[in-house]
Amino acid sequence: MEEKEIGCARPTGAMVGGEIQEEALDKVEEKKAEVKESMTVMVGRHAPDFEAPAYYQGKFVKVKLSEFLGKWVLLCFYPGDFTFV
Amino acid sequence: MSAVADRYKEFQELGVEVLSVSVDSQFVHKVWNDQELSKMVEGGVPFPMISDAGGNLGKVYGVYDEDAGVDVRGRFIIDPDGVIQAMEVLTPPVGRNVDEAIRQIKAFQHVRNTGGKEATPSGWQPGKKILRPGPDLVGAVWKEWTPKDI
Repeated sequence: MEEKEIGCARPTGAMVGGEIQEEALDKVEEKKAEVKESMTVMVGRHAPDFEAPAYYQGKFVKVKLSEFLGKWVLLCFYPGDFTFV
Repeated sequence: MSAVADRYKEFQELGVEVLSVSVDSQFVHKVWNDQELSKMVEGGVPFPMISDAGGNLGKVYGVYDEDAGVDVRGRFIIDPDGVIQAMEVLTPPVGRNVDEAIRQIKAFQHVRNTGGKEATPSGWQPGKKILRPGPDLVGAVWKEWTPKDI
């Protein structure tokens, strides 16, 4: 995990390989289909990789899911900080 | 989240890294940890608290609620190859059962360690009966295992 300097612009998470840039027009559609395919979440399939900002023990860091390859990962989404459950 | 943080040591002993994700910024995560969670769990949250502002991650993982603008309670167990082995999604008012997450991780680790030769029946816990799938087991599971073995 890489420590990030924090400015006023608020960074957000993004899927790795999710953006399409400067592709020849005819290849774009093909590429889109590929990305969509690889981004389906299903048991038995690869977890879509992402990179996102995080708070980790006093520091602001950048977390990339694929950095944890070789280890088991428990990925928990929840509705929000300061909620009750 | 505090329930997961409280059992972090057990996850570590199983070689599991925990990542939590909500649409709150990493700054809000810090304040929530400092002001509240660190009072519920000694030392505060020991794992990275990811910010999913805009729900980009939640959308791909199928847990982003567009109307509410939040990620609902989705829990994914990912193996060392990066493959999703389990997922569970709950609406917000009901919390998770951390025991069940730990039980499932132990079961998936057992299956992986046996190269897939052994399967774990319903409610399996370490030390309980396992099944060895193969031609002889077809139609004969009842000889090896019944719900009373849970």
